[in-house]
Amino acid sequence: MELKMFILVLGLLVGSGSPDIGPNQGKCSDSLDPGPQDQGNHTLTPQSKKNFPVLSFGYDHVRLPFEISLWVLLASLMKLGFHMMPRLSSIVPESCLLIVVGLLVGGLMKLVAEVPPVLESKIFFLYLLPPIILDAGYFMPIRQFTENLGTILMFAVVGTLWNAFFVGGLLYGVCQFEGHRLVNVDLLSCLLFGSIISAVDPVAVLAVFEEIHINELLHILVFGESLLNDAVTVVLYHLFEEFSSVGTITVMDVFLGVVCFLVVSLGGIVVGAIYGLLAAFTSRFTSHTRVIEPLFVFVYSYMAYLSAEVFHLSGIMALIACGAVTRPYVEANISHKSHTTIKYFLKMWSSVSDTLIFIFLGVSTVAGPHEWNWIFVVATLILCLVARVLGVVGLTFVINKFRIVKLTSKDQFIIAYGGLRGAIAFSLVYLLNTDHFPKRNMFLTAIITVIFFTVFVQGMTIRPLVDLLAVKKKQETKRSINEEIHTQFLDHLLTGIEGICGHYGHHHWKDKLNRFNKKYVKKCLIAGERSKEPQLIAFYHKMEMKQAIELVESGGGSKLPSAVPSTVSMQNIQPKKSPQDRALPQLSKAREDEIRKILRTNLQKTRQRLRSYNRHTLIADPYEDGWNEILIKRKRMMELEKKISQMNNYLTVPAPAPDSPTIARARLASDPQAWGLKSLTESIPTIKVDLASPQSPESFNMVDEIGKKGSQSKASEEEDGLTMKVPSMTKPRKDKTANEDDDKEPQQRLMRCLSDPGPAGEEDEEDEPFLH
Amino acid sequence: MGSFQSLPDDHPYRTLSQKTGFSLEQIAILHNRFKQLSQNEETLRRDDLQTIQDLESNPIRYEIIEAFFDKRNFQKDDVGSVDEIGFEEFLTVMSYFRAPAHNITEEQKEEMRRAKLRFLFNMHDTDNDGTITLEEYRHVVEELLSRSGALGRETAKGIADAAMLEVASISVGPMAPDEFYEGITFEHFLKILKGIEIETRMHIHFLNMDTTVFCKHHSA
Repeated sequence: MELKMFILVLGLLVGSGSPDIGPNQGKCSDSLDPGPQDQGNHTLTPQSKKNFPVLSFGYDHVRLPFEISLWVLLASLMKLGFHMMPRLSSIVPESCLLIVVGLLVGGLMKLVAEVPPVLESKIFFLYLLPPIILDAGYFMPIRQFTENLGTILMFAVVGTLWNAFFVGGLLYGVCQFEGHRLVNVDLLSCLLFGSIISAVDPVAVLAVFEEIHINELLHILVFGESLLNDAVTVVLYHLFEEFSSVGTITVMDVFLGVVCFLVVSLGGIVVGAIYGLLAAFTSRFTSHTRVIEPLFVFVYSYMAYLSAEVFHLSGIMALIACGAVTRPYVEANISHKSHTTIKYFLKMWSSVSDTLIFIFLGVSTVAGPHEWNWIFVVATLILCLVARVLGVVGLTFVINKFRIVKLTSKDQFIIAYGGLRGAIAFSLVYLLNTDHFPKRNMFLTAIITVIFFTVFVQGMTIRPLVDLLAVKKKQETKRSINEEIHTQFLDHLLTGIEGICGHYGHHHWKDKLNRFNKKYVKKCLIAGERSKEPQLIAFYHKMEMKQAIELVESGGGSKLPSAVPSTVSMQNIQPKKSPQDRALPQLSKAREDEIRKILRTNLQKTRQRLRSYNRHTLIADPYEDGWNEILIKRKRMMELEKKISQMNNYLTVPAPAPDSPTIARARLASDPQAWGLKSLTESIPTIKVDLASPQSPESFNMVDEIGKKGSQSKASEEEDGLTMKVPSMTKPRKDKTANEDDDKEPQQRLMRCLSDPGPAGEEDEEDEPFLH
Repeated sequence: MGSFQSLPDDHPYRTLSQKTGFSLEQIAILHNRFKQLSQNEETLRRDDLQTIQDLESNPIRYEIIEAFFDKRNFQKDDVGSVDEIGFEEFLTVMSYFRAPAHNITEEQKEEMRRAKLRFLFNMHDTDNDGTITLEEYRHVVEELLSRSGALGRETAKGIADAAMLEVASISVGPMAPDEFYEGITFEHFLKILKGIEIETRMHIHFLNMDTTVFCKHHSA
């Protein structure tokens, strides 16, 4: 049923999308046009005298945005459609389906005798490609990437060079051999073609590997290769294009080519890193304008890409470098909501881009000028496959000598098989000048054939092959706190042993880099006290946050979705000599005083801050009023804590010291005034303010239980909820509860989480480079 | 000339090589380092290791140094700690950090894994009662966070508690309120670190060629 509606809507869209040959043509439908009398007759009023046009049809001036939106809409509806057909989408990867749709649409348009839009290279490189690459770079798993960097570089550089020359050279041989029609294809053209087609395409790889969930090692190898070979492709492309006009290549040119390669790749990385650091630095100051935080990340990254393209450096590498450099620092600075926004915007854009690219590829196939030559095309296809296999096998043989974890033949097969070609190759060929390359159309046809083959055949069969060969899949287990502790311990241990041994190994340099990072870089780029937060603590806070969110999402019931069942509680691990009620700690008098003192000192500080940031705060001064209420409520909460503490004993972090980073961080968050209040008031109004949050009924009831005393003080905020106050209402992502009481924590954390539920259960997938 | 000369030297190395798995060159280099650290004496003391500059900034340097003097790591089924070690013990401790050879069997790999994890376990279990108690675990986490001052100490407790809870729930499962989880035994330790490939991660690259000092320039 839904499917039929879909197809109907689709048909409508396509129909309305080809408006060129319509009533618009050859007339001015613009009612503002003071044209001659007869043209005014397009109004709907039947009188001959020109009346005021009540309703008129003006399409030309919205034509471009209209068509673009239509295409994007089409792409998105297609995506929706596929997931409604689960059987189909489990067999055929999305990219294939999208190409088929593109073919259909192109065919339809041709039928209507309209020129289908071709995937213009400018649009592709400037608008469609960057979001995908940025998404990949931002969520790149740095650790695995750097561990396998040597292997990835070997595949990317040496592998691509090998492919290019093998394919190009042998194709030239084939052309010479074939005679008559192909004999005038010169060596340089062939080499150029070889270099274009030999590059593994990140878009295609992402689209296919996304769905098969292979283990991280293989994923990062193929994906990393597809990203890093951009530099090689750029250099080879320019080299051959440059010299195809000249005609010959000398040794000097080869040498310059090598230098160019280094410049292009390192230059791209440097440009990206600079912009990344700028973005990180800017994000340090955004604590008061949280809404535009994501914008900085996007714009700086895009600028990095464009700047690299200006100098013909590798834009892709710039983008990757920018994303990877920006992420650790920006994430420490921005709010939780901004983080979610960035993540979702990136995924959304890259998803749409990816869909559009494949659809356009299909449309361009129908549209593009073709020249079919059996021998050339078939030879290209075979040579590509053979080159890939030989390259991978040969390189792995060499690489395995240097690796601890060897690449098995299964791995090699997947790497070879996963070398998909895609739209980048297509666009590069499209850019070729027909004067220099008379056989461009033939190249185009050949490339499209190879792309289709790799995407359809290899894309479709890779999933059953992965299952057949029992390749290790991606492990879904999350990292536990124990693993984190021991990994850190191991790192330090290995560094120490290297020190004792006396030689500067890999761990030593890593440790040095970390210390440099901590000492200088983090201080500059991360706002306030967060810069001193050790990784272990940050990890722990993150985990608690996730736990709390999971707890809330699961309805606040007794079942924790995590691996830590609530049946093991604190009392099980505490030594027996402590009092039995240790699991339900009461607030002792001394503790209470301590808490009060902490609060007081912090409130004083926040009050001072309030004065300077008065522009943004919308409350007069709640402290004087609310303070007594707070104390009263706290007593009530202590009774309620018993219920809550049963649920989650995992989260027991003692009170941070008064000036601890946790508290200070909360201060520096855009919501200084809410810090003191938040820990004690239940932020119920906060929850109400956040209109976007879905709340399970149970969680809301729990909130209700606590009482609504705080509502008066917050009432004034409510109507302004949708301004900047909203983001500031929620604590910054890593702002642990920052409070003074173990037991109150669970419920407070819950409160806070209620106001910022975010995407459920996916919070931890920050390292995910996947598109979806 | 040279080879004949070096034969007597190699003899002690040969047994060491068989025992620890290092190659002869690697042993020679490590011996040089040993002599450098111990100022050409026969035995190494704690102070000698403490003077290494690179260890200054390492948060767990005391544990590392202790590991060298812990008899449990000498593969002799002895317990306690000593004040000085000879080259053989030094080498034995170092052998825990060798990478697995290319062509070892699954059992050998598993054995190596257990040995390495045992080494780690010994580092945590300072009183040698076979379990890592909450106190010992807290101490570990505190050391790791020792650079963060007051915050480190406070949060370390919480983190250690949380980690212990996790171990308990993974290893033992649901527990009644009056049961008490003594500590992490070696088996539990193995279980929680199953996800980390210790045999490949816990290794450092031992040089085959001495880049700093030329070896074998003694007695001609």
